[in-house]
Amino acid sequence: MSTGEVLLWVIFPYVAATTFFVGHYWRYRTDQFAWTSRSTQLLDRRVLGWASPAFHYGALAAIGGHVIGLCIPPSVTASVGISESFYRWFAGIAGGIAGLVTLVGFLGLVYRRARSPRVRLTTTRMDMLTYLLLTVLIVLGCWMTFGHTLFTSSPYNYRDTIAVWWRSLFYLNPDVKAATGAPLVYQLHAIIAWGFWAAFPFSRLVHAWSIPLQYIGRPYILYRRRYAAR
Amino acid sequence: MKIRAQVGMVMNLDKCIGCHTCSVTCKQVWTNRPGAEYMWFNDVETKPGVGYPKRWEDQEHWNGGWELDRRGRLRLKAGGPIKKLLSIFSNPDLPQIDDYYEPWTYDYEKLITAPLSKHDPVARAQSQLTGKDMEIQWGPNWDDNLAGAPERIHQDPLTKGIEEQVKATYEQAFMFYLPRICEHCLNPSCVASCPSGAMYKREEDGIVLVDQAKCRGWRFCVSGCPYKKVYFNHKTGKAEKCTLCYPRIEVGLPTICSETCVGRIRYIGLVLYDSDRVEAAASVRDEHDLLDAQHDVFLDPEDPAVRAQASRDGIPDDWIQAARRSPVYALAHRYRVALPLHPEFRTLPMVWYVPPLSPIINSMETDGYEADPDHVFGAIESMRIPVDYLANLLAAGDSEVIRDVLRRLAAMRGHMRKREVLGEHDTAMAAAVGMSVNDVEDMYRLLAIAKYEDRYVIPQAHAELADRLMEQQGTCGLDFEGGPGNCGAIGPDTGAENEGFMLTDDERPVKLDIVQMLGDQGRLDEGAGG
Repeated sequence: MSTGEVLLWVIFPYVAATTFFVGHYWRYRTDQFAWTSRSTQLLDRRVLGWASPAFHYGALAAIGGHVIGLCIPPSVTASVGISESFYRWFAGIAGGIAGLVTLVGFLGLVYRRARSPRVRLTTTRMDMLTYLLLTVLIVLGCWMTFGHTLFTSSPYNYRDTIAVWWRSLFYLNPDVKAATGAPLVYQLHAIIAWGFWAAFPFSRLVHAWSIPLQYIGRPYILYRRRYAAR
Repeated sequence: MKIRAQVGMVMNLDKCIGCHTCSVTCKQVWTNRPGAEYMWFNDVETKPGVGYPKRWEDQEHWNGGWELDRRGRLRLKAGGPIKKLLSIFSNPDLPQIDDYYEPWTYDYEKLITAPLSKHDPVARAQSQLTGKDMEIQWGPNWDDNLAGAPERIHQDPLTKGIEEQVKATYEQAFMFYLPRICEHCLNPSCVASCPSGAMYKREEDGIVLVDQAKCRGWRFCVSGCPYKKVYFNHKTGKAEKCTLCYPRIEVGLPTICSETCVGRIRYIGLVLYDSDRVEAAASVRDEHDLLDAQHDVFLDPEDPAVRAQASRDGIPDDWIQAARRSPVYALAHRYRVALPLHPEFRTLPMVWYVPPLSPIINSMETDGYEADPDHVFGAIESMRIPVDYLANLLAAGDSEVIRDVLRRLAAMRGHMRKREVLGEHDTAMAAAVGMSVNDVEDMYRLLAIAKYEDRYVIPQAHAELADRLMEQQGTCGLDFEGGPGNCGAIGPDTGAENEGFMLTDDERPVKLDIVQMLGDQGRLDEGAGG
């Protein structure tokens, strides 16, 4: 293991994870006022009507796929009778659809942001970084899904390499070798993803943690007291 | 039964001259900030007219407010929580800013920096969204005083079905002004639409507010409010709305829009109501029954049983006394001359309107009919403002309700004219509309004399809690849940954890001493308000 490998595959993920958690804690405690989706729908609703749901639903599906692929070891899926070949085709097709929908929605949103002067002017530098990271991650993700899982005679099984490294980080026993053996596109995607997590708490993406599921089953009308009861 | 107090407002449309002073002072106080340029917490619309935002009254288009489902249960017209969460990434019912108007400023700099030339320099309009030069196509009150009415008047949703009666030709035109603020509804659909739970109704006074720390910018309040009185700040990404000037109300002052109203058309007062009956009242099947249902929710502060229950429910004595003197309760409930705006939205709004009568009285008085009730009531039918139009605005289309109110107003004028001009004391006019002479004359004092202290009967924030207000002086104020407000809680009797906070522990004894010293003084105020 070279120093570079340790920096990249051990230290960087832990620094990013620390930034992710501490950053969220700090942001939530100090910056409730800016904790919002910063929607621009009011300014211009064109394109947004299809692009935003496409991007968000595609991304939610892709996140689900990542959770399954990274967190569930092949031994578990095999033990419930899911063959490697079935898993590959399922992951490839479902992931491919999710990736494409995300990509198309994302392109729509970027197009809208670039072409609508009202929306363009609301774009901050942090937004630019977020868009850049998302572009790279989505493109690499689609490339892996289509190039290395779906349309190939020798599909690459990241579940035996990158996923092992990912899980090993949580066991505090990083398995660097498991990652460094993977194709470059997988390595890039994995490392850039950690950069994405580090930037996450400082971006508008924090609204993702505020999906208002508590709205279901809540009484419609809420009352609050100005002063606490005696 | 759970009795709550609600600060309500009545506006007397007969006296509104459409000067927009209310709008301007409100804007100066509340919405002269970046991101809020297009917002008017208070606006004055010319009726008939398109409105702000355009066609806001057309709920078939905007899906605001409530409706009944097939089984007669109340539900949000835009759909329930599941549908909302599924469409959260793009709200299908959200207006675009152009539905209000694109805000602009002028290039004033040019007037100063332009070189000497033959022609005067011009300050061009610049969009406040893009900073670019723009050609203004629409703006606040673009259709003020029926401007553009021949082309636009039938875009007013209220003219639907009565197009024949609403004419835009000069000789046949009618108009009146409709000042609008947030309705601070008893059954607010904006609160119900907020997925984050950031919007709430204050228990003490019923004012509907947005918690700026909790708002996540999902925008459903904006589309959920059928009056379109919740706005989205495009700079902060949070919802904003009329606050009923709560910092003023809390110290017993009227809202800025009321205080500065040159026509003295506004009334502010308390209404006691049973909050347990709100949902049932909003759920009555026939839209024409909604007005009576809302009246049934109101409670009579003259009833000793109501006062006793109000006291048990924690409403302070001075507030109950203020409710007895409330001009809002008097005009809306006792005299029944004020009506809620669009009761068919099922929000049980709490800003009510006395419909305009002036045009018919003017035509009658020149004809010399003034004193005869038959003539007065007959003339209402031939009023220039079609009764059906007012009914679409204030009575869910029930024109009988409007006629009833106009008869009372006409009878009041007839009665007072007889008394003051002819020197006759007669009860016929009052009796014809089922009112006592005393009631008619009280109503006259409230509507025509309209003394400041009669128009605004606003009790201060609880006298019993005055020591609490003292406690909060010098606190850091960042007391929202999970917020950085842990500057040290005050005394052990503070109650809720997100109450007041102090800057340092060292200050605690000092502060408590002040509280104790002023405690007695605070209690002296008890019962003296209102």
